[in-house]
Parts: sequence; structure tokens; C-alpha cells
Amino acid sequence: MPVTTAIESIIRRVDGVTTDAYKAQHRMTAPVDSIHEVLAMLHGDYGFDLLVDVTCVDYLNYRDADHRFGLVYVLSNTDNNARLIVRTYVDDPEPTVPSVTDLWKGADWMEREVWDMFGVRFADHADLRRILLPDEFAAHPLRKDYPLQGRGERHNFPVLTRDHE
Amino acid sequence: MAIELPENVVISKLDELASWGRKNSLWPMPFATACCGIELMATGASRHDLARFGAEVFRFTPRQCDLMIVAGRVVMKMLPVLQRIWQQMHEPKWCISMGACASTGGVFDTYSVVQGIDRFIPVDMYVPGCPPRPEQLIQAIIDLQDKIQAEGTVSGREFNTSRRQEPKRALLELPVLQNTPPRV
Repeated sequence: MPVTTAIESIIRRVDGVTTDAYKAQHRMTAPVDSIHEVLAMLHGDYGFDLLVDVTCVDYLNYRDADHRFGLVYVLSNTDNNARLIVRTYVDDPEPTVPSVTDLWKGADWMEREVWDMFGVRFADHADLRRILLPDEFAAHPLRKDYPLQGRGERHNFPVLTRDHE
Repeated sequence: MAIELPENVVISKLDELASWGRKNSLWPMPFATACCGIELMATGASRHDLARFGAEVFRFTPRQCDLMIVAGRVVMKMLPVLQRIWQQMHEPKWCISMGACASTGGVFDTYSVVQGIDRFIPVDMYVPGCPPRPEQLIQAIIDLQDKIQAEGTVSGREFNTSRRQEPKRALLELPVLQNTPPRV
């Protein structure tokens, strides 16, 4: 089944889903309330069995942006090599999207990375901990309002001198 | 009163003899985290041949080493590892900060990269370059050998001078995370 058929079918079945395409890239945008439903359809009915990536974009101060965060799901169908990018938008405070670990087990670490870097919560994620930064890190550094040089975290260590050893 | 020595007897100070032994059998601990590590490997390999200076025996356990070569950027999450390895090495021990990143953070002035390892561990020799050529590293090792020869003692009291005990610039003058927000 070509990817366009899947998109048209989902637009008929779910409200608020839009689509656009650039050359051979197909993109779909779903409201956050129905994002899990859309992804479950794509996974179950249309053979998108591989979740290539889950990532996030911070649109703070971005020209013409309506929302703060854009979640990006890159899907692939390993039978016919179709690719599809699904997006949804969430806002402050407490940006939260449903977890897709029930559909793709591999979403686990990718969602943890998005949580670590952007502070977007994934509802029903079984183990939403930081994955890259130290556990005691207190911010989400890929947010646009986080200073590039940090807030002093990298200086917060004991100093070893020779007389202490 | 002159003492006549046989030809195969040399008189030296014990301190100098110990330093001579130490400087010519440095065992490096390669703490290689980035591209400087490639130059470090080249330095140890046959073309540049660090064995000429007695420092070719790289050991990957700190307990067998006395020269730590930090080659590459050290991130915040890696720094406790670096400090632990440094503490596991036996005295007398030395540290070479190899390359711009290890010495100053280099171009990586970001929230996660430590801006120079000398803020947190003692450093004896800095090697500039991005990455430095093997010749530069060899020069640093030769200079370090001179330093070891110049100040070494059998008892290791050179490690206990007041100059050595001055705290590194670092924490006091830099912004420290004061009021950590509650963990989310």
C-alpha cells in the first residue's frame, strides 16, 4: 500500500489531521489528543513497523510558530520501505504527549532522550528517567531558553590538588 | 683526601638517581577521549616511537601508571571518572593536558564540557594544538622529564610544597550552581 493511501485513509478516519509533501517526503500533522491513535493506526493497519526516531523541536521565538514544542516521529515500513514523518505540537506548561512504547518498544530510550533534553513528558512511559545527562542535572539543556554555557553545572565538582591525596 | 674509584663506579645523589629512574620509565595512562587520542596512538607507534624516551608502555589500568595523558575534551559526566582514575594512580605521578580541549575546553564552550581539566586535577604540562602533532607531545614528555629530574626526591617531598598546594583557579571565581531547583 503506498504511503499516500495510508495518509488519505487516516485523514478520513481522524479529525484534525493535515498532510503535506515535499518531493517524495510525506509529512503528517496530528493534534496531540489523537497522536497516539494515529500512530497506532499507522503501526497496526498500515505496516509502519519501525520507529526510526523520536525527536523534538523547540519553536521558542521562532517566526510564525504557534506552539512551543514540535514532536517528530519518523516512521518506516520495512516491507515496502515507505517513510512517513508524523508531527504533533505541545505547549508549556507541562508539555505532555502519550508514550508510544506500547506500539514500538524501541521508543523507550528515544523518549527518555527527548525528556532529558527538552523536558517533554511522555504519559504512561514506564521508566521516564534522564538518559544522557547526570541524574542530578536540574535543567533541560536543548530548550532555547537554556544558556549555551549552562548555569554553572560544569564547575560544580571538587578540586583535586596534590595535598588532598 | 682523594678516593680512587674503579672505572665502573659512578657517584651521584640518591635524589637524582631516583629522578633519573623515574623520568626514563614513565608509564602513561592514556585518557584519550577524542581526536587527540589518535595523535597519542601515533606517538606511541613505530614512526614517532615514544619508546626512544622510555614511555612507550601504555597501560589501561591506573594502578600501573605514573603519567596521565588527558587527550581530548572531558565532559561534565566524565570528570568524576577522570578524578577517580587520577586518585587511583600511585605517587609519584604526573599529568599532561594534551590539546586545546583538555587544557581550556577548546571550541566547546558549552554547558557540558569542562573548561580545562586543571580546574579539577593538577596538571604538570600543557600541550597546545588541535590536535597537537606527535612531535609536540614528545617535546612535552621531554620537558616533563627535565622537570622530574630537576625537582624529584626519593621521599617525594616535592609534591608537598606550598606552591603545589595553592588551589587551582577554578571554583571560587566561577559561577557555581547555588540554588538548585527541585529535581523534576
